[in-house]
Amino acid sequence: MNKLNLSIAGTHKDLKEKKYSVTELVKYYLARIAKYDKNLNSFLTVTTDYALKAARKQDNLLVSQGEGVFEDFPLFGVVTAFKDLYLTEGIRTTAASRVLENFIPQYSSTVVKKLENAGCILIGKTNCDAWAHGASGENSDFGPIKNPWNKDFVPGGSSSGSAVSVASDFCLVALGTDTGGSVRQPASFCGVTGLKPTYGLVSRFGVVAMASSLDCMGHLTNNVGDSRRVLEVTKGQDQFDSNIQSVKLAGEVRDIKKITIGLPKDYFGQGLDNQVRTKVLAAARFFEKQGAKIVDVDLPHTKYATSVYYIIQPAEVASNLGRYDGIRYGLSRDSFGDEAKRRIMLGSYVLSSGYYDRYYLKAARVRTKLIEDFDKAFAKVDVLLAPVSPTPPFKLGEKTADPLSMYLADVYTVSANLVGVPGLALPAGFSDQGLPIGFQLISQKFHENMLFDLGEIFQRNTDYHSQKPKL
Amino acid sequence: MAKLTKSDVLHVAKLSKLDLTSPEVEKFQSQLSEVLNYMDELNTLDTDRVLPTSQSTGLENVFRGDDHTNDCLARDIATTNASRSDSSYFVTKGVLKK
Repeated sequence: MNKLNLSIAGTHKDLKEKKYSVTELVKYYLARIAKYDKNLNSFLTVTTDYALKAARKQDNLLVSQGEGVFEDFPLFGVVTAFKDLYLTEGIRTTAASRVLENFIPQYSSTVVKKLENAGCILIGKTNCDAWAHGASGENSDFGPIKNPWNKDFVPGGSSSGSAVSVASDFCLVALGTDTGGSVRQPASFCGVTGLKPTYGLVSRFGVVAMASSLDCMGHLTNNVGDSRRVLEVTKGQDQFDSNIQSVKLAGEVRDIKKITIGLPKDYFGQGLDNQVRTKVLAAARFFEKQGAKIVDVDLPHTKYATSVYYIIQPAEVASNLGRYDGIRYGLSRDSFGDEAKRRIMLGSYVLSSGYYDRYYLKAARVRTKLIEDFDKAFAKVDVLLAPVSPTPPFKLGEKTADPLSMYLADVYTVSANLVGVPGLALPAGFSDQGLPIGFQLISQKFHENMLFDLGEIFQRNTDYHSQKPKL
Repeated sequence: MAKLTKSDVLHVAKLSKLDLTSPEVEKFQSQLSEVLNYMDELNTLDTDRVLPTSQSTGLENVFRGDDHTNDCLARDIATTNASRSDSSYFVTKGVLKK
């Protein structure tokens, strides 16, 4: 096989036409990983034998059952990588931290099970910022991940390896987690499509917990159509996660001329790089030409969102990482890296006696104000269009000594997590240096169809998402 | 001025069950102080009459049916990742001193 079909539908078409077998497909991806990933470091574990075994089983199934398999298994033959926060039974899961470097889970997370039952083939576990703490991929205890478009630059984070592996054609789909932008921002930095679903739509069970009121299980794909197909499988009730709601997704776009898109003024102010501004506004103009109405909206508490997030999130991190006592699993707490230590201590501080009211409670109140901002905006508009990151990808090492500047780069993504609404990051073009720039669409809760429908219209008329880095 | 003193950092480290080296104490003192200083911007907002939000779903008291659920992990499997175990018990350090 020489040319890959970069979508689930395309892969199914090729498999039906017997252009290649599932085993050949898996071998193709494995060969690419072996050849190119040494310099990118996107995988922590490659499950060669496990994937080949699953592939042989599927090839046999295709022979015995014919094309019915594509109905029984909607993600048949979809080669999938998982951020190394998703527990995989019998396969090492590290959260990219030394603490878990020898941890072999005794069970798989709900999302892994659902996807494998739908036909996904697990090809490996991807590198990330340890415990999902970071926005650059530099906080991994197993070495930084590199941007495939230019290895001197960061791929974004924390789902860095997942974004890199999709961009580099090491897999067709990769799962990530988004607590404050960790799917959308690396998607934007690597030129792929990244979904953060509504909080409470996809089960968190069996995924290493970061901040439980914010954690969303999202995914990275080559295009919007694939993103929609994956969510169709991952979403829905789970007896192990009581926050999950079985809701029929809403927001279909029947006529784009009836859609009003809001540009949050507060997302286009000081601090936004001009190249990013230009690409994001070009995306808005595209929708305007299609007939959508574009209006300005106010999200006046945006400037406080980062502070709210960096109080609530570390508070929940301190609690979730409290369980790592080195007794039941994992190494002792000495093995935590610097960023985990910073967040645990920050969280302990804002929750500690004498500071709880001033920090944690205050942040929880401002979180309410952020929710009110979004409610008011969605009373006026159907969807928001905004930048993902204030800058294009930055150079490795540029921000590592200054945690605050790294935190402030999350300004456009954290609100969706605090409010609980979904966001879809889409490629919008390239910087002067040839690095990807993305934009995001944000809708009301459970209106993912709005994001998908608009995203598909955009990708039908642009080719940013089909461009690939030269490795 | 640094927001946190050295003893603040040591106190928080103790609450967090983290042992810090003295260069770490110095580094975290300045980094955490900088972050906390930035967060003081929240105090410019009047939120006295605003209710706090701790989660965004609006769900309350979620119950599941009292039906048969999946089996738990067997004891010998549950202890496979323990640093020390003894016939499917976790072994911990003693709590009481002799």
